[in-house]
Amino acid sequence: MTNSVQDSPDQYALRMVNIDKYFGLVRALTNINLDVGRNEIVGLIGDNGAGKSTIVKILTGVFPPSSGELYIASRKVDFRRYNVQSAHAHGIETVYQDKSLGEKQVLWRNFFIGRQIVNRFGFIDVKKEKAVASEIMLNTIGFRGKGITVESTVSQLSGGERQGIAIGRAMYFEADLIILDEPTVALSLKEVAKVISFVHKIKEAGKASIYISHSLPDVYEVCDRFVVLDRGEIGASISKKEISLKELDEFLLDYAHGRKDKEQR
Amino acid sequence: MNFLKAAYKFLGRVEGLAIAMVLLVLYIVLIGAAPIVFTKPMIYMSFLETVPPTLIAALGLTLVITAGEIDLSFPAVVSLSGFALSWGWKTFDPAYGAVIGVVLAVAAGALVGYVNGLMVARIGVPSIMATLAANFFWYGISILLAGGLQQTLKGSEDNFVHLLLAGRPFFNLPLQALWSLALAIFLWFVLNRHKFGESVMFIGDNANVARVMGVNVEATRIRLFTLQGMIAAFSGIIVTLDIGVFYPDQGNFLLPAMASVFVGGTSIAGGAGSISGTFFGSYVIGSLAAGVVATTISGYWVQVVEGGVMAAVVVLNAATGKGDFASLFGRFRGSVGRGARSPLGEK
Repeated sequence: MTNSVQDSPDQYALRMVNIDKYFGLVRALTNINLDVGRNEIVGLIGDNGAGKSTIVKILTGVFPPSSGELYIASRKVDFRRYNVQSAHAHGIETVYQDKSLGEKQVLWRNFFIGRQIVNRFGFIDVKKEKAVASEIMLNTIGFRGKGITVESTVSQLSGGERQGIAIGRAMYFEADLIILDEPTVALSLKEVAKVISFVHKIKEAGKASIYISHSLPDVYEVCDRFVVLDRGEIGASISKKEISLKELDEFLLDYAHGRKDKEQR
Repeated sequence: MNFLKAAYKFLGRVEGLAIAMVLLVLYIVLIGAAPIVFTKPMIYMSFLETVPPTLIAALGLTLVITAGEIDLSFPAVVSLSGFALSWGWKTFDPAYGAVIGVVLAVAAGALVGYVNGLMVARIGVPSIMATLAANFFWYGISILLAGGLQQTLKGSEDNFVHLLLAGRPFFNLPLQALWSLALAIFLWFVLNRHKFGESVMFIGDNANVARVMGVNVEATRIRLFTLQGMIAAFSGIIVTLDIGVFYPDQGNFLLPAMASVFVGGTSIAGGAGSISGTFFGSYVIGSLAAGVVATTISGYWVQVVEGGVMAAVVVLNAATGKGDFASLFGRFRGSVGRGARSPLGEK
C-alpha cells in the first residue's frame, strides 16, 4: 500500500498510517495501513486473534496505538485527547453486538443519550427529541416494526431491530465512519437479513463503514472491499469487483493453508 | 376479566398510580376499621408531620437505586447533619446560628456523600460495602462529637428557620409536608427530564452502554452520591427542627425508607425508578403502624401487618409490570413444579 497523504486526503473517511500496537513485548498489530473511502463499506476479515478487535479498540479510543497515525475525515487524531467518550465528537460511531443500547430505556432516550437536546439548565427538550427520533425511525432507517414507537423500550425489540436503531442513530449524527462490530452474532437468519438491509442504508446515505463479521456471506453481501487480517498484519485487500463469494471463500482457505504449509516448512 | 386486565395494564402504565390506589384502599380500610380516629383530620396531620423525613431520604434513595447502587449511610448523615445544626444553633447567636447550622448540616451531608462517591466510582468499592462502612464511621463521629448526648434547640419554636421548614402557618399543616412534596416534584424532573437523571437511568441499566455513548459514568456517580448526602442532610434538618431536639439515633429509619422505595415500584435491578411511587409508598409505610394500633388490635400485630402489606404490594407491582396476574400465577406454579421434579430427574 502506498503512502498517499498528499493525493486529495478528502476522499477518505478514515486512514490508519503505519500503526503498530504492542502489549508488553507482544506485538498485536504490525504496520497497519488501512484506508476507508468516503462512501465505502470495508469488510474486515480474519481469524480470532488476527487483530480485528485491537483495531476496533484503537479506532474507538479504548487504548492508543504504540506508534502510527490516525486520520478521521482528513483530521489527524491526537491520541492524548482521544477516548471512548470523545470518539463521537471525532466522527466515529460504533455499533456493538450487544452494548449499544440501554435495554430498559425508551427508544427516544436511546437515540440521544450522551448528546441530549437540552436547555441551558440541562433539562431535556422531550418533544423535540421524540420528533427527531420518530423521523430517524421512519426516514433514515425505514423502520416498519409493528406497534413499535419512540415510546417503546429496547427490550420490546428483536435483535435485528435493535441493531437498526443503533445504525440509524449513527447515521443521524453524521458519523464519518460507522464501525459495525459483529452486529449479526446470535441473530436468527431473518434478523440478520434486517441488519443487512440497514447496512445497505449506510451505503445509500453516502456514508462509510467498517464491517466486522465471522459470516463471510454477510460480509460479501454488504461490503465493497475486503481486508484480510492475519496475525496482526494486513494480508490482502481485495475489491468486490475482482472476486466472487466462492472465490473469496477459497482464497481464505488457501490463505490459511498457505500459512500452515509455511509453518510446517 | 377483560376489564380486570385492562385495569392492571392501566395501573402499570401511569407512574405511581398503583401504589396511590393502595394508599387510598388502605385509608378506606382504616376508616372502616377505626372510624373514630380516621374520620378526623388530626391523624392525617400527624402523618404529614412524621412521614416527611423518611420520604425525603427515600426520594434520594430512589435515584441511587435507579443507578444500580445502594446507600446504607443516610441514617448516619441524618444524625451528623442534626448534630451540625444543633452545634451551629447553640454556638452562634440564635438570630443567624440556625442558618449557619443548616449550611453546616448540608455541607456535612455533601461531604459524606462525596466520600461515598469517590469510594464507589474511583476506587470501585461496591456501594453496599462502602456505604455500610460509612454508616458506622459517620454515626460514630456524630456520637463522638455530641458526647453521646442529645441537644435541645433552645427557642426553636420562635426561630424563623424552624417556622420556615417545619412550622404550621396554614390550617395547622406541617410545612415539611409541602417541602418534601416540592422536593419530590423537583427530583421527578431531575430523574425524568434532566440530562443527569437520564445518565443515572442508563448507568443503572448498563454502565458499559452509558460509557460508550459518552456518559461520564464516574462523575455522574460521584455527583449522585453527593446529592444523596445533601438530601439525607435535609431529612436530618427536618427531623431535628420538628422535635426541637437533636439525638444521635434520630436517623433510625433505614428499613422503612428502603421499603418505601421498593413498595413504590422502583426495581432493585436499577435502570428505572419511580419518584411518585416512592412518594405514595412512604405514606403507605408511614401510615401502617399508627393505623394498625388505631384499630385496637394488639400492637404485637403491627409488624405482621406491615410485612404482609409490603409483600402484597411488591407482588402487585410485579403483576402490573407484566400486565396481568395470570402470568404471575403461571410462573409461581412453574417454579414449584420444577422444584418438585428436579431431584427425581437427577436420579
